[in-house]
Amino acid sequence: MDVRQVDERASVIDITGELTGDSEQTLAEAHDAASAPATRLIVLNFSGLEYMNSTGIGLLVTMLIRAQRQGQRIVAYGLDEHYRQIFSLTRLDEAIGIVGSEADALAAA
Amino acid sequence: MSLEPNATPPPSTVPPAAPRSDADAWARPIARLRVDAAAAGSLPATVEGRRLAGPLQGFGQMWQKTFRVRLAGAGPEVTPQSVIAAWKQHFPEFWPSGNTFYAPLAGIRPGEVGLLSVKTAGPVRLHTGVMVTYADDESFTLMTPEGHMLAGWITFSAFRDHDGVVVAQSQALERTSDPLFELGYALRIGHRANNRFWEQTLEAVARHHGVDARCETTVLCVDRRRQWRYAGNVRHSVAFRSALHAATTPLRWLRRSR
Repeated sequence: MDVRQVDERASVIDITGELTGDSEQTLAEAHDAASAPATRLIVLNFSGLEYMNSTGIGLLVTMLIRAQRQGQRIVAYGLDEHYRQIFSLTRLDEAIGIVGSEADALAAA
Repeated sequence: MSLEPNATPPPSTVPPAAPRSDADAWARPIARLRVDAAAAGSLPATVEGRRLAGPLQGFGQMWQKTFRVRLAGAGPEVTPQSVIAAWKQHFPEFWPSGNTFYAPLAGIRPGEVGLLSVKTAGPVRLHTGVMVTYADDESFTLMTPEGHMLAGWITFSAFRDHDGVVVAQSQALERTSDPLFELGYALRIGHRANNRFWEQTLEAVARHHGVDARCETTVLCVDRRRQWRYAGNVRHSVAFRSALHAATTPLRWLRRSR
């Protein structure tokens, strides 16, 4: 996972490969790296996601709670139809905004 | 070209590992749950037409509860895949006595709905259900509908520990659904009952594989905040319909005996 600090208020985490229970520490470290004191928006880029199981979805929930505690919003882009359906099934899309592109996500900052 | 039995094939002939796919493991999204067939003793009305509710839609504090048993001493035929296959097949049998899981006819498969009935500290049995949202060879996940005591999901999995021993695990990410059940959790009654339920279940899984093991429990509070905007979930609570069902049981007996 790569972390890009766009400006002092927004960061992007590029999620690549698999998102499973093995990703717990990596995702937590990526969130830490993405979080500066003034960060208010975390953008998750899922365009490199290849595999996600239900534990992976759980990691996103716990990351969301951590972000909310720090006063951050989370927005996602790059989800294909399959992963959009999983966000809908688990009702994660009610808490994480899904947009079409990084530009749209950053516009939410 | 032939290779000696123990020869290592040249790199160019090693087929690349096929990328894993989760396409068939997830259920399709649904607007409302449907119960196609209900076993005697279940109460499908507590599930029919309800939406799924995850840990983000519940009321109470959010908990991550992990229950594990190490299958140390199990035979070599016991693998993570065989543990999950047995767990899917015998899921209702592993529950503590007095509680019933009405497994879906098609088994534990993505999209299937199972009904359940669990005993409580009082005279009323709680009737509700779950949907299988994810299932593969190494894990499966059940998610709760609106009205269930808990809003969240629980994942059953098996894996090899660092020393090669197979571990069976269930991990829940959940909140209580409404203030009524949260009160029970705040008083620790709900926590104790819930933890004991899954500890007994995991120990039954271990016994099935010939292992007498104690369950290790780890409880982590993920979010201390209560979500007051979901306090209205209480209107869906299965406690009311289950209590009504219990209160009208004598009437149903009379009707059947006429």
